[in-house]
Amino acid sequence: MFHLKRALAALFVTSTLFAGSAYAETLKIAYIDPLSGAFANVGEAGLKQFQFVIDDINKRNLTGGPKLEIVGFDNKVSPKESLNVLKNVIDQGIRVITQGNSSGVAGVLIDAVNKHNERNPDKSILYLNYAAVDPDFTNSKCSFWHFRFDANSDMKMEAMTNFMAKDPKIKKVYLINQNYSFGQAVSRAAKADLKRKRPDIQIVGDDLHPIGQVKDFAPYVAKIKASGADVVITGNWGNDISLLIKAAKDAGLDTPFYTYYGGGLGAMTAMGDAGVGKVKQITEWHSNVHPNKTEKFANAFNAKYGGPPQHLTFYYLRVNNQMYMLAKAIKETKSIDPKKLAYKLEGMKFAGDEGEVEMRATDHQLIQPLYISTVAEAYHDPKNPKTAKFKGKDKEVKYDVEDSGLGFKTDARIDAYVTAQPTSCQMKRP
Amino acid sequence: MEFFLISMLNSVSYGLLLFMLSSGLTIIFSMMGVLNFAHASFYMIGAYFAYQLSGWLGFWPALVCAPLLVGIVGMAVERYGLRTVHKYGHVAELLFTFGLAYLIEEAVHLIWGRSSVPYVIPPSLEGAAFTLFSTDYPLYRVFMMVVSVSMLIGIYLTLTRSRIGLVIQAALTHPQTVETLGHNVPRVFMLVFGGGSALAGLAGVIGGNAFITEPGMAAAVGPIVFVVVVVGGMGSLAGAFLASLLIGTLQTFSVALDYSFADLLAKLGISIGPDTPLAALWDLTIAQTGPVLPYLLMVLMLIFRPKGILGTREG
Repeated sequence: MFHLKRALAALFVTSTLFAGSAYAETLKIAYIDPLSGAFANVGEAGLKQFQFVIDDINKRNLTGGPKLEIVGFDNKVSPKESLNVLKNVIDQGIRVITQGNSSGVAGVLIDAVNKHNERNPDKSILYLNYAAVDPDFTNSKCSFWHFRFDANSDMKMEAMTNFMAKDPKIKKVYLINQNYSFGQAVSRAAKADLKRKRPDIQIVGDDLHPIGQVKDFAPYVAKIKASGADVVITGNWGNDISLLIKAAKDAGLDTPFYTYYGGGLGAMTAMGDAGVGKVKQITEWHSNVHPNKTEKFANAFNAKYGGPPQHLTFYYLRVNNQMYMLAKAIKETKSIDPKKLAYKLEGMKFAGDEGEVEMRATDHQLIQPLYISTVAEAYHDPKNPKTAKFKGKDKEVKYDVEDSGLGFKTDARIDAYVTAQPTSCQMKRP
Repeated sequence: MEFFLISMLNSVSYGLLLFMLSSGLTIIFSMMGVLNFAHASFYMIGAYFAYQLSGWLGFWPALVCAPLLVGIVGMAVERYGLRTVHKYGHVAELLFTFGLAYLIEEAVHLIWGRSSVPYVIPPSLEGAAFTLFSTDYPLYRVFMMVVSVSMLIGIYLTLTRSRIGLVIQAALTHPQTVETLGHNVPRVFMLVFGGGSALAGLAGVIGGNAFITEPGMAAAVGPIVFVVVVVGGMGSLAGAFLASLLIGTLQTFSVALDYSFADLLAKLGISIGPDTPLAALWDLTIAQTGPVLPYLLMVLMLIFRPKGILGTREG
């Protein structure tokens, strides 16, 4: 008992000592995402990307002082669990959090961070969102403490439907999405956008299925088949996209898929050759963009984390943008105080690999260029032994994803200013 | 017509997988009276064993070895765990298996990590078995059905035609008599538990690569297995078979039904707008409620026919 008391006292002394230093040596960032359960693979891959870019920032001292450190916290993609995790994070004195998987989680985190910061203005939390794309977060629910580095779902749908509207062969569209705020937003935006741009297009299906629960998508594929759809639109991610595309492949479904996350982890491996020319995605980057300023960085990442068992490939350019912008904010404010950082990030312009991006001050939505791309066979270069397994003839498809022999080929690049949309955000600043 | 036939095939193959999962549970329950909460965990370790073994030996040896290994684990659990807590009654057994499920999940985390493992269908079973109208039917699903049906026949023959099956049946109703005749009744129970676990393991070998092998897979199928056993009738193998097919059909076809209460009321001339009280509830389609339908069925079954479809026990 005596020893325990002494140990506790020592712990108390050290913790107060550390809490006292205003410009600490290390800025810890809590990564709150699934590290167990059905979406653990996605969460782990994201964590590795953060680790990699942070290593780069620390090596080049982009913050001008403090080292960054990422700490993984498992929220099991559960909103309830995320609140417990947030409490734990706050108790550990971590003041910057980042999260991306599931807008359901992001919604409760925004509320919780707002409440916490209102009650504890001197211990406020900064929330960097790298992937949760429910449009509400930068509209009706917008918060001074929340910054989104991914294009929101409405921006992506606008770009996607612009592209679709040009194809006169599309007459019937089928929507299949996960039944929660994000999936519903995709479905709503698709219906509204298509009605406006191509009133002749018929929506022949609008399915919302439980997220992460469906193991067998065969019934849905049978339904898509029966509907006679020309195109399927889906915002599914994680195993929900892999299993959906796998089921479509097994049933020999020939319909093109317009996806948000068709190049996400595991999806390419699941679809295999069946996806060629059929599966499209909308992203801020893919490995065969041209010119490709991220090439060297992505190759270094793939060299470190690629290979068995998961065959990871670099995916989130937005994670780089997010962390470089945070580093820039730290350097320019010479501070790691969340409030100062938030004011610095507002309106920040940053020369990203894909051109200038801007963190719009009115709603904290990053405005960045987007790409629509299609799955294609990677180019077989007779002179390069690394491409021995590739079958493609198109030089543009230089790299494959997850050692699948398949990569993406750009259909269209959408400039940053084109993707921007008006916002209804009424930002309250402290 | 095409949709109906394909959906019918999908229902049957999904139902047969459910049967593989639940048959072990129902056998163990009917013979030993133990409600094994860790049953789905044996399904999960079956998938993981198969993943590991197929890396070393290939898929076909793994198909045989993995369930046997799971059976051995099951027997060890019975011999050194369940048998010890047996004397404290059924509640102790129940709690034991409940805790065991958590232990197995953590063990899987420690050994194989928290993420999914790339356990894939072998190339020889890839591709389409046949094409119905214009839809391909995957070979692997046919394989699943064949394994499941042969398992059903195998269990039936073992229990009714073989010597060990007769001893098992006798040991259930007259354990003392069987013991007097020189049979080792505790060993019979151990075999039954091991056999039941091996069946779950076999389902894991087949289901793991058809879907996804990850640490959450036990928790995902755990509840549905109990639904099958309750609806089919506690301890009735034939009942579990019928219930599996029924639930498979229910889940597959419910996906296709985009009807909601609002549509029904609209037919009666009552319109539901976004301002109507409980609008979200009225707009819910059958397709969206599909995942909870089996549980609804279970609740209704418990209310109106507690012994299940073919169960013999009342309540």
